[in-house]
Amino acid sequence: MQTGSVDPLIFGITVLVLACFVGYYVVWRVTPALHSPLMSVTNAISSVIIVGALIAAGPSETNFAQIMGFFAVVLASINIFGGFIVTQRMLSMFKKKR
Amino acid sequence: MTDNISAILYLISSIFFILALRGLSSPDSARQGNLFGILGMTIAVGTTLALPTVLSYEVILAGIVIGGGLGTFIARKIEMTALPQLVAGFHSLVGLAACFVAAAAFFRPEAYGIGTFLDINTGSLIEMSIGLAIGAITFTGSIIAFGKLQGLITGAPLTFPGQHFLNALLGITLVALVAWMTIEQSENVFWGIFLLSLIIGILIIVPIGGADMPVVISMLNSYSGWAACGIGFTLGNSLLIVTGALVGSSGAILSYIMCKGMNRSFFSVILGGFGGDSEISGATTSGDKAIKSGSAEDAAFIMKNASSVIIVPGYGMAVAQAQHALREMGELLKADGVDVRYAIHPVAGRMPGHMNVLLAEANVPYEQVLELDEINRDFAQADVAFVIGANDVTNPAAKTDPSSPIYGMPILDVENAKTVLFIKRSMASGYAGVDNELFFRDNTMMLFSDAKSMCDEIVQALN
Repeated sequence: MQTGSVDPLIFGITVLVLACFVGYYVVWRVTPALHSPLMSVTNAISSVIIVGALIAAGPSETNFAQIMGFFAVVLASINIFGGFIVTQRMLSMFKKKR
Repeated sequence: MTDNISAILYLISSIFFILALRGLSSPDSARQGNLFGILGMTIAVGTTLALPTVLSYEVILAGIVIGGGLGTFIARKIEMTALPQLVAGFHSLVGLAACFVAAAAFFRPEAYGIGTFLDINTGSLIEMSIGLAIGAITFTGSIIAFGKLQGLITGAPLTFPGQHFLNALLGITLVALVAWMTIEQSENVFWGIFLLSLIIGILIIVPIGGADMPVVISMLNSYSGWAACGIGFTLGNSLLIVTGALVGSSGAILSYIMCKGMNRSFFSVILGGFGGDSEISGATTSGDKAIKSGSAEDAAFIMKNASSVIIVPGYGMAVAQAQHALREMGELLKADGVDVRYAIHPVAGRMPGHMNVLLAEANVPYEQVLELDEINRDFAQADVAFVIGANDVTNPAAKTDPSSPIYGMPILDVENAKTVLFIKRSMASGYAGVDNELFFRDNTMMLFSDAKSMCDEIVQALN
């Protein structure tokens, strides 16, 4: 695609709007019984901001930004591990009739 | 690794996240969905670690080990009844992490290629400020929600005169600060936005009462997504934008479903003040109207001779940790040939789907657990409706009394069952502060006890 002349903001908004549509249709199909796991798994995947944190923590010299990045990595990791594990725990409980 | 390859890997990662949510459309595919989510996250982290600017692997590894260890420990130890607090607590961490990333981007924009210190390009600056503000609001708002759910601070709404005016004023100031930031970049304005957003986060959650918590948690879920989205715009990273939008719309839809479950507008929930002790409606007063109360033996006898029983659990069941005793009761009845099913109101509990998880934890097969729309008509044919820890969601006043604060809320029509067994500790009203006229009906038998001990006693009587 020729995006050279398009502002990155417009490109970002395009992605945002399309993703909102995908989110809308996918989430409405989630069965109400699984709304709690939905919250914990969305919580885990919203920690994808760890990408930003890793870039901040990445440089080899130590400065304020790197320290911020380190703490963000810690917080996001708590969420990623905690969120996926608690979701797994919940889902493993939903069993069919024996 | 070239930028193009990382962009493609980020795309693959977003697809896995979409599949993770898609999996939740049925319990059968949900576990696979969660694995897709983990895979997507692994790809996202791996791709970022391979970027040429990311060099300090020791620091990062330490961060992941510390955070991952803590997260694993918490997630394994947590009681399922404490799930709402846990989710609120996790939301606060996403919010704070977003603030830290925004701070890193502000003080060292070179790392993200958006300018130099105090000379960041305007678009990125606005996006960063919005990400920072939403992150900070999510952080403190979730902490207040956590405190309310954990019982650290009162669940009653905290209101004071001029509250809405103050909030509006702070909101306008926040917008003004963001605008100022684009004119004059300074550290002070950055910290000003941060501090002000922290305060706003507290103020918007304190007026919201305990019973509205399902909406609040969903709303904060949504905010945490938009915070990720804002950071995604700052970094020009599509993965963060897509994921943020997925989470944001998921939280928004859940908030909508919860509001609809209470027949309240989102706006009225946000303005808060609902569910206080001061709000007792004058429509019905307990007075000296006759109520019928019974013992566990009576309840056991009635249910044993019934052909179908519908159990209606609510937050009280979670508080009393009665789900295991309840399942035992249900199984004994089933062994006696009674058709036992569970009816779940959309706003039962303190977070969406809370009751379903607790019943699943107690090994109730999910085919027996039905939603309001699926089961509401069956109450008319049911012999017994067994209400345990629910109150407002069964109140017929929601259909008949226009002056009731809960008028118009969809309810479970338990009053249509031949007999209603209603477990309650005392005659106190529900969270909405409304009397339940169901208590005084001829076909209602009150079982005054703690939910768990009552179930235990019924189980004994059935044996």
